[in-house]
Amino acid sequence: MTDAVADLPADTGASRKAGQFLYGASVVLLCAWVIVPLYFLLLNTLSSPEEVNSFPKSFLPHFDLGSLTFFANFQGILRALWNSVLVAAMTMVMSIVIGAPAGYALSRFEFRGKEAFRLLILLTRAFPLPLLALPLAVLFIRTGLDDTAFGLALVHTTLAIPFAVLITFSLFSGIPIELEEAAWTLGCTRFTAFTKVVLPLILPGITASAIFAFVISWNEVFAAAVLTIENRTLPAFLLQTLGEAPLHLKFAGGFILVVPALIFIFAVRKYLFAMWGIANR
Amino acid sequence: MAEIQIKNIAKNFGSYQALHDINLTIADQEFMVLLGASGCGKSTLLRIIAGLETATTGEVWIGGRRVDHLSPKDRGISMVFQNYAVFPHLTVFENIGFGLRMQKLPDDEVTRRVERTAGLMHIDQLLKRYSGELSGGQRQRVAVARALAMEPDVILMDEPLSNLDALLRLEMRAELKGVLADSKTTAIYVTHDQVEAMSLADRISVMHQGRIVQAATPIEVYRNPAAEFVAGFIGNPPMNFLPATPSGDGKWQVAGQVLDGPTSRSAPLQFAVRPEDIRPADSGLTATAKVVEPLGAHLLVTCEVEGTMFRAVLDSDLTVHVGDQLTLAPQPDRIRWFDPETTLAVA
Repeated sequence: MTDAVADLPADTGASRKAGQFLYGASVVLLCAWVIVPLYFLLLNTLSSPEEVNSFPKSFLPHFDLGSLTFFANFQGILRALWNSVLVAAMTMVMSIVIGAPAGYALSRFEFRGKEAFRLLILLTRAFPLPLLALPLAVLFIRTGLDDTAFGLALVHTTLAIPFAVLITFSLFSGIPIELEEAAWTLGCTRFTAFTKVVLPLILPGITASAIFAFVISWNEVFAAAVLTIENRTLPAFLLQTLGEAPLHLKFAGGFILVVPALIFIFAVRKYLFAMWGIANR
Repeated sequence: MAEIQIKNIAKNFGSYQALHDINLTIADQEFMVLLGASGCGKSTLLRIIAGLETATTGEVWIGGRRVDHLSPKDRGISMVFQNYAVFPHLTVFENIGFGLRMQKLPDDEVTRRVERTAGLMHIDQLLKRYSGELSGGQRQRVAVARALAMEPDVILMDEPLSNLDALLRLEMRAELKGVLADSKTTAIYVTHDQVEAMSLADRISVMHQGRIVQAATPIEVYRNPAAEFVAGFIGNPPMNFLPATPSGDGKWQVAGQVLDGPTSRSAPLQFAVRPEDIRPADSGLTATAKVVEPLGAHLLVTCEVEGTMFRAVLDSDLTVHVGDQLTLAPQPDRIRWFDPETTLAVA
């Protein structure tokens, strides 16, 4: 009897320790999963061409900026970077401007075919882009949208809208309708109730959804490669120019591609967290 | 002056009819309570008056002006919601002042009115807080203060106390009654809690299945229920019913007893009496005690009279055991009669 009592705390203590260890190990593993490739990317970018191809590697980079300088002076790279930012920014704005009202309608109104509409939105992602690329290219050439940042932004918007709609739908659904109704009884129209009450509450979530759109556009390479020639975005530009390039330049190119997206997400990370938190409000 | 008139209001949700031809007049400065079980249409009616829902047919008039085509902001109403609906991104001050800012009142007027209503609701020390930092009771005070600050003609309340715990509800109930009486506003208050209704209302409208069954003062609803539903809904425990058969000349046979009743009827009726209007006597209904509950102030005895459940609230000095035979006499002037066909009261 006394033994059992004495055993009990020790037992739970041991299992708690095991749980903590498992938790800690999972965290380390997940972090390593993300950080190790990024670290090697950084390492190889900052190494001289000889070091990139050698083995074993040193764990500290030698800050050889040769590859990066090469890229900085590379014909067209800044233009491609600028195009990428431009297209991603347009995509961000358009997908929110179009997607958020759809999300609002889905969460606030009952209408025929609502469920079908939600499904259809997702189905737009069911068609593989390569299948659409040729007809799109023809259409764009006819309308003069080919090789423009705006034309590409249109395609990227189509890719980003399903996420924008579904994310904003869940955001709006998280705002009790009574808050809007209270605003209506306090002198608001439907529009001013939206701008004064709903918008401030979902702004963090809208930002997060905009970030998704930005990242989708930033990473998209297929449509960008097919639909542009002169005005290539960074991924399409790198795909085109680095195909046959030596390894150290590929690393440097990858680095240039990853870093802006990382910085952007890091800068707005609190909005990403807020998006998950807002449902509990 | 804001008298409210509801004329022939009906509301359908698809094929389901939530409200049937509602007609109701609420006098200026009256405190009207809409009382009913959930799903009876009371909230729908309130929302139609507020303009948050449109009626399928019918008219709403406030202060001699037809308002059913106006949006909520133009009706001169303000509303208190069950879940408070305090704006989480604004401070208590800005919440209370929200409607005043929408009216573009000057800053000093907004401050004056916010401070006055916050004082009334005893939340003046919370003005800088956000709703996340408030308790449920404090949020409800903010919601009421926000509605009062508008100085509306009509204040509408949709179960405002039902999310509060019992003790707080009691406290807020008394406070609400006082504050609203002073504000001289017409008030419509929706609740499913009959005690709340009885204690607050000037008049109660009892609703059942989308109809107003009775609209009268609390004591009238209690003493003279217009229908069997009201008799069974109001009062705790509710009225007792027993079948009555006519034995001619205004005499009615109830559980073997002959009692005086309506003279105008010849078909069987329902006899009804409140549990607190029954006394033990030498002659009366024969009842067998089944459950005895000493409640301190009274003794609640659940008995059986000819196979029907029958409750009596008796003096707590009496000693009653389970299985005892009791002879219970209803107070003659408190007996009510209902027509089993129409379920309506018979004079």
